[in-house]
Amino acid sequence: MTTELIDPPARTGSAEAPRPLDTPVVLDVKDLRTHFLMPGGTVRAVDGVSYTLHRGRTLGIVGESGCGKSVTAQSVLGIVPRPGRNVGGTVTLTRRDGTNLELTSLDPRGKVIRSVRGNEIAYIFQEPMSALSPIHTIGHQITEVIRLHTGAKRDEARFRAETVMRQVGLPRPDAVLDRYPHQLSGGMRQRAVIGIALACNPGILIADEPTTALDVTTEAVILDLVRSLQKEGGMAIQFITHNLGVIAEIADEVVVMYMGRQVERAPVSQLFHAPQHPYTQALLRSMPRLGHRAHERLEAIQGMVPDPYDVPPGCAFHTRCRHYVPGTCDSPEYLEVSPRHWVRCSRAGEVA
Amino acid sequence: MAMNAPATGGPNPPGSSEDDLLVARDLKKWFPIRKGFWSRVVGHVKAVDGVSFNVRRGETLGLVGESGCGKTTTSRLVLRAYDPTGGTIHFKDRKLGWIDIPTARRSELRDIRRNVQMIFQDPYGSLNPRMTLREIIGEPLLVNGIASGSALQDRVAELLRLVGLHPEYMSRYPHAFSGGQRQRVGIARALALEPQLVVCDEPVSALDVSIQAQTLNLLEDLQGRLGLTYIFVAHDLSVVQHVSTRVAVMYVGRIVELAPTADLFFAPRHPYTEALLSAVPTPDPDHRGTRIFLAGEVPDASNPPTGCHFHPRCRYAVEACRTTVPPLVELAPGHQVACHRATELSLAGVVPGS
Repeated sequence: MTTELIDPPARTGSAEAPRPLDTPVVLDVKDLRTHFLMPGGTVRAVDGVSYTLHRGRTLGIVGESGCGKSVTAQSVLGIVPRPGRNVGGTVTLTRRDGTNLELTSLDPRGKVIRSVRGNEIAYIFQEPMSALSPIHTIGHQITEVIRLHTGAKRDEARFRAETVMRQVGLPRPDAVLDRYPHQLSGGMRQRAVIGIALACNPGILIADEPTTALDVTTEAVILDLVRSLQKEGGMAIQFITHNLGVIAEIADEVVVMYMGRQVERAPVSQLFHAPQHPYTQALLRSMPRLGHRAHERLEAIQGMVPDPYDVPPGCAFHTRCRHYVPGTCDSPEYLEVSPRHWVRCSRAGEVA
Repeated sequence: MAMNAPATGGPNPPGSSEDDLLVARDLKKWFPIRKGFWSRVVGHVKAVDGVSFNVRRGETLGLVGESGCGKTTTSRLVLRAYDPTGGTIHFKDRKLGWIDIPTARRSELRDIRRNVQMIFQDPYGSLNPRMTLREIIGEPLLVNGIASGSALQDRVAELLRLVGLHPEYMSRYPHAFSGGQRQRVGIARALALEPQLVVCDEPVSALDVSIQAQTLNLLEDLQGRLGLTYIFVAHDLSVVQHVSTRVAVMYVGRIVELAPTADLFFAPRHPYTEALLSAVPTPDPDHRGTRIFLAGEVPDASNPPTGCHFHPRCRYAVEACRTTVPPLVELAPGHQVACHRATELSLAGVVPGS
């Protein structure tokens, strides 16, 4: 990195409080199911997931590795790797012109879904280096997207690219466009990836662990950037992460997943202050928190995540749950326990 | 020390006290940058550049900082996985007394390595997939001639029980285990030789939240039961706060602040520590605090800024910061800071929780 690309010094800022989900729905996911038919059996990676994305709002999806949070996002865009297959459910996108489009029924290699990907729904991957081509300049990669989706001429696309790079806070955007990914630092690369994702003004942004590979100081800057871009453009964001701190920071509504299913969905304040599902409660209790007394034993969740080939019957969490009652927890239903707060637990309300 | 230290053991290193187990002074590791046909050295990456710290017996010293700050290199120097470019690391060996690790002879190093062990970050990459748990955990016992045959078997079983795994798993291979269980295997291997000091390099960052808590609890239990001393390298500040007795914050090859954990987190004295703490996301959606957004990136260690390395990103930088390197000075008992303005600034720390 050369000195010409150095930003001005530090500044401070704070995030606004969570917002109510009172804006129109732009993506409606109902009972989505994606299974992987493997030689060793069927892995139900996503098994009946439902949620909505609202204009200008952020939905956080949390869960541990293997819970199906990334496959959910991939299913929406029809980019699930083989042998994964969508086996049920609907994904309804409200397009820019106001019409509705059902995505799961489309040919995953067809023209229609390809006009949606990267254009109306953008996707940011966890590792910026794997999302970028190492042999093309940043400028080449971003203008390609713009020209493909808008049919813009080379100069127009270049101009638009510079505007977007300025939006994501890259100093000297014209210089950045002529660089290759390896010439940028991790934080700048992730900004470039966000820039590429935003190049066509998507209505929906799916961000899959976009800050996990970054240092905390860079993470704070990227989260701030995502928030301010959302404020400007009114994007609906689906933010996938395993980090509860990041969720508390950015989400308006949260879905908690365990073994391919939603176990809880609630507005963010409610989820953190009055979690209803024992898994959510346990997750929140098990994490060390800044500012809390050190050296106190953490309340770890017993056992480990079950084998995906052999999901426990009934409530999938019952093998690790301290509130498990034989006979009661055989078929928990997903119920709305208070407005906009759903829980899949037979003992919801009794446990805290 | 003096009473039963054999001839090989040196005198007490300067600046050490009775409780110290390890004393590092002005430690440097410069990696050469080579270019051209003759591989001429054209510069150096100063990964560690003049680091001094003490590790006390029975404590956990946390080492934090962003990627590229030199925390991992520092921990590798302690194991002499690298030979330092300069400086000393004195370790108080059970048998030999004080030994300078960088200049130790082969025979002395053998003893030191029994007493200084490491737990690695990646529970997948650090276990040989072709070896059973018995071979993995038993190897240090075998090569050091401590146990073999059925004695080895018994010791491995004991170690597995110690880390909370069934001894029956002994003949299985690593692929049969989850990330958290593999990390336990790594811990059992590190403890096989009953070390005094364990260097933990990001031991929980590859683990899921629920498994992370189990592993941290295990490390704390073992410390209590076996009287271990840890050097705990991590980038997750909430984890570091949880486990550490004292914490050293590193920035581009130097320690910028070193203090008891509570002092460092609640009353930081270095602007970089303040910024780092403010960036940690808090798991409370109703208190989305004010953040300090640092501009730019961590500088390149081959061409660091002059003076205080942090000055181009510092909100409080003055002329002196650009020209003079601030020394690490003790401002309060046990609280060391390298900042020209440390006494005049009042910086924000973490808000104490319930």
